[in-house]
Amino acid sequence: MKILVVVEQREGKLNRVSWETIAAGQALAADTGGTLEAAVVGAGVSGYAAEIAAKKLAKVYAIESAGLEPYTPDAFVHALKGFIATNQPALVMMPHTYQVRDFVPKLATAAGSTCISDCIGYKKDGDKLLFTRQMFQGKLAADVSFTGAGPWFVTFQNGAFRGDKAEAGAAAAPVEVVNVEIPAGVVRNQPHEVFKEAKQAVDLTQAEIIVAVGRGIKEEKNIAIAKALAEALGGDLAASRPICDNGWLPMDRQIGSSGQTVAPKLYLALGISGAIQHIVGMKGARTIIAVNKDAEAPIFEIADYAVVGNLFDIVPPLIEEVKKAKAANS
Amino acid sequence: MKILVCIKQVPQKDAPLKLNETGTWIREDVSYEINEPDAYALEEALRQKEKHGGEVVAITSGPARSQQVLREALAKGADRAIHLEDNAFVGFDAYNTARAFAAAIKDEQFDLIFTGLQSDDYGYAQTGVILAELLGHPHATIIMQIEKSDSGIRVKRELEAGYFQFVDMPLPAVLTIQSGISKLRYATLIGIKQAKNKPLRKVALAEVQSALSDNLQKIERLYVPQKTKKTEIIDGSPNEIAKKLVERLRNEVRVL
Ligand SMILES: Cc1cc2nc3c(=O)[nH]c(=O)nc-3n(C[C@H](O)[C@H](O)[C@H](O)COP(=O)(O)OP(=O)(O)OC[C@H]3O[C@@H](n4cnc5c(N)ncnc54)[C@H](O)[C@@H]3O)c2cc1C
Ligand SMILES: Nc1ncnc2c1ncn2[C@@H]1O[C@H](COP(=O)(O)O)[C@@H](O)[C@H]1O
Repeated sequence: MKILVVVEQREGKLNRVSWETIAAGQALAADTGGTLEAAVVGAGVSGYAAEIAAKKLAKVYAIESAGLEPYTPDAFVHALKGFIATNQPALVMMPHTYQVRDFVPKLATAAGSTCISDCIGYKKDGDKLLFTRQMFQGKLAADVSFTGAGPWFVTFQNGAFRGDKAEAGAAAAPVEVVNVEIPAGVVRNQPHEVFKEAKQAVDLTQAEIIVAVGRGIKEEKNIAIAKALAEALGGDLAASRPICDNGWLPMDRQIGSSGQTVAPKLYLALGISGAIQHIVGMKGARTIIAVNKDAEAPIFEIADYAVVGNLFDIVPPLIEEVKKAKAANS
Repeated sequence: MKILVCIKQVPQKDAPLKLNETGTWIREDVSYEINEPDAYALEEALRQKEKHGGEVVAITSGPARSQQVLREALAKGADRAIHLEDNAFVGFDAYNTARAFAAAIKDEQFDLIFTGLQSDDYGYAQTGVILAELLGHPHATIIMQIEKSDSGIRVKRELEAGYFQFVDMPLPAVLTIQSGISKLRYATLIGIKQAKNKPLRKVALAEVQSALSDNLQKIERLYVPQKTKKTEIIDGSPNEIAKKLVERLRNEVRVL
């Protein structure tokens, strides 16, 4: 089986998650006796191609065109569709980034095929390849197979494989530059510069103790009890996205893929279910305590200490106990 | 502007899920709600209509129960609704769902089509983008703002880690909407009353069948994920739990 990994570069940087996809491709190639190639797409990307070629790969392609910068789904699909039609990989693997999820469904459809998206692993079941993905916001997992002809597309969730496990090659893999033409009229979107909103007022990246609230807090006025706990602990208050979407806390207190990434000594999650987009922002915490009334909430999969219960019962006595302990210290 | 909004009915966020006998899907006897980003997609469509005039049409595919999300959309201000009604739609992959929608709207011209950025049940994050490709429309994903411009629209895309980007695009276009794009409205009593008289077109599976194929991907097995981390369960009465936690915070986590 011929496997192609398409790595991600954006705004002049190779996305670190690319190494994870290469590691995943290497594992799959080893398990299936397949060959593994990689491609990088953009304008002036041969430097990235050379960087990737240090890894154990049969070949690396630099798919080049001035029309591929800045990124647009139309140009990327045009270039990759043509390349895949010529190169004929059986399986195409990519990281499940915002950029990939923007174009891969279009690419798979244009190629007459399908993408199993946001996978966390794979399994071999006899000759059948199964890809594991989360369902129902991580409450359940599914093993999914392709039923149609290839080329098959798979995307992998950030963190599903270890990038540092990507094996180096004995010698640099050969690099081939593939120049593509993006004809006028193909690209319909006109993207502007990427930007960040005005500087954030709160920087949680250095916080040692974070008390984070999720939708389990139910009402805006209840945020007060989480705040009281954060104050008792001498920590900062943070939240999941819906809390910030509701305007109950400012956006700069949001933890997750579209908010801040934090790594405190203690992360205390109150009424947070543990969707992957939240977890990516806090899984680096040294200790995670989760309070959730649902014993099956995915947050418990990464918690060091699990309290299955109603946060409104647990938090008030916890504040008292923390205050007592602090008073005893001084 | 004539806007189509795809609204999916999904199990309620904290509904306890049980597997069916074959272990390939959940038992359907749970409570359902509107997929969260779809509620925001509807809100945004209604706001665009309020600004620029036009029409908002809500579409869903699913069993009889999913008519509820269309009723809600009509009560909030959608002008009419389309229900692709059949139990089979529940098992569709994103490609087939998009093809069914494309077939159901083949005689209509929409300026904008909104979907949510992903569904809470399958979480494919694909249906909208596939629909755009099938219709030959440009698309943009994870949208946080939409403004009409001279040549079409200008949208704000959310990127990773707090970055954003404006994109100009022509109409017709397909957009996938992110939660939080605006504040959701509630249905009013008058709205709920009026909804009863608004048109709701039912489309049977047979009417779109010729546009469909077999699913291209298949769930072989659905299961509760295995825990990989060693988690200590702290239990007891709330007071006992508080004491145990503080003991851990002091002696193991060492933050007290
Ligand atoms: C592209 C994209 C980007 C995203 N970015 C982010 C991001 O940066 N950050 C983020 O957080 N999310 C993000 N999300 C949203 C994410 O998918 C989830 O929807 C969100 O994290 C859920 O927040 P929650 O856990 O607070 O709410 P829910 O999922 O609704 O969970 C609430 C939890 O509270 C529990 N609960 C209810 N009542 C109580 C009680 N009395 N006591 C104890 N527990 C209780 C429930 O059992 C449930 O587990 C993003 C989504 C997408 C698609
Ligand atoms: N059965 C359905 N009925 C209505 N809308 C749907 C359906 N399936 C998917 N969608 C739309 O497509 C979006 C993305 O879904 P998905 O590709 O499953 O993540 C959802 O947020 C909905 O707007």
